[in-house]
Amino acid sequence: MIPAPFEYVAPTSVEEALQALSEHGDDAKVMAGGQSLLPVLRMRLNAPEWVIDLGRIDSMRGIRDDGDAIVIGATTTHHDVLNDALVKEHALLITKAATEVADAQIRHRGTFGGALAHADPAGDLGAPALALGAEFVIVGPGGTRTVAADDFFVDLFETAIGEDELLTEVRIPKHTGWGAHYEKFVRVAHQWPIVAVAATVKADGGTISEARVGLTNMGSTPLRAGGVEEALAGAAASEDGVREAAEKAVDGTNPPSDLNGSAEYRKHLAKVLTRRAVAAAAGG
Amino acid sequence: MTKISMRVDQENVTDDVEPRMLLVQYLREKLGKTGTVIGCDTSNCGACTVHLNGRSVKSCNVLAVQADGGTVDTIERLADDDGTLHPVQEAFRECHGLQCGFCTPGMIMQSVDLLNENPDPTEEEVRLGLEGNLCRCTGYHNIVKSVLYAAQLKKDAANAPQSEGANA
Repeated sequence: MIPAPFEYVAPTSVEEALQALSEHGDDAKVMAGGQSLLPVLRMRLNAPEWVIDLGRIDSMRGIRDDGDAIVIGATTTHHDVLNDALVKEHALLITKAATEVADAQIRHRGTFGGALAHADPAGDLGAPALALGAEFVIVGPGGTRTVAADDFFVDLFETAIGEDELLTEVRIPKHTGWGAHYEKFVRVAHQWPIVAVAATVKADGGTISEARVGLTNMGSTPLRAGGVEEALAGAAASEDGVREAAEKAVDGTNPPSDLNGSAEYRKHLAKVLTRRAVAAAAGG
Repeated sequence: MTKISMRVDQENVTDDVEPRMLLVQYLREKLGKTGTVIGCDTSNCGACTVHLNGRSVKSCNVLAVQADGGTVDTIERLADDDGTLHPVQEAFRECHGLQCGFCTPGMIMQSVDLLNENPDPTEEEVRLGLEGNLCRCTGYHNIVKSVLYAAQLKKDAANAPQSEGANA
């Protein structure tokens, strides 16, 4: 299958891209790496009149140190994110999750911001971004605004990015020295997770002092497991030590039932994977 | 129509294409490079893997216009002009890394990328590195063996005395 015909524009600056969006917004789709959009277009699940390709905008790509945060340009590829030394040092959870996105070929083209803006609840990057308290920098005709992770994911494939706006970069507060693990449960290789858990943990002398936990595919958006985080403070950094806290992973979740598993099955998985993810992140 | 120019298998090409044309279609239908095949057409199977600007991509999941100005390398230019096989091709032949052969162009192009990044992979790293390529014949065992053997071939070649190198 090939996509339905569309007009194509590849702006070379954010300003040009915003201009194209204001002209064609209602009939346009924004493309970063295209690894999620092109399958949708090929299957004719969507047939926009215009495709606005952000791949030629150099300023939207790259990773930089900005004091208390790491800033990841929206069109930085997963491959570049997972191999980046700054990300690894200050936001290890992002490195771990980016490594698990799809397969090598997709990671060479797919982008960090594109995946987050696509907001697939089974996507691997939403839960880590949420857990780390990421901030989303969104540019539109009215200027630049910053949206907190808690407010970014609105619903299934829906974010706080407006029709005439673009996600340009994501700020990840530094979590230097925190352990991290992304535990993903899949039926076959390179697929979306049935459930996954993103955990990053600050542990001192075998005791967890602080933990941040995000859940993938346990609702229509990525979810923060606040109950688990609270219960983990002071827990021993081992599977047994975190077992009780992990039981709280299902609080406030509303997982889907589908061919891969029932909601009940997903709730069971969430507890088991939370236990494993937190223990691994804590080095226990 | 959109004008595109790129370097494909070490030759410069220029064409007018519809923006919706996939890179794999462009390679096969415009340039006649049918060495790159279409397997699943859903970006799952990896049979259409080529290198774009030096990295492996699934060419059914890239628009030809996205490759404008870039460099594309396909399975067709992997062997030398005199027919000498690339070490990865040689290894797939030696280790029986194929049966029907349909996944092979993609398997080989992904294996080349894998070995470029990690010249001495473990078996586990090979299996993970090939997770985006499906084979319905071999059960992967001989493919993994082939990639490990290719790594050995490349290491041997690098360690060989200069006079016994490619020019000998």
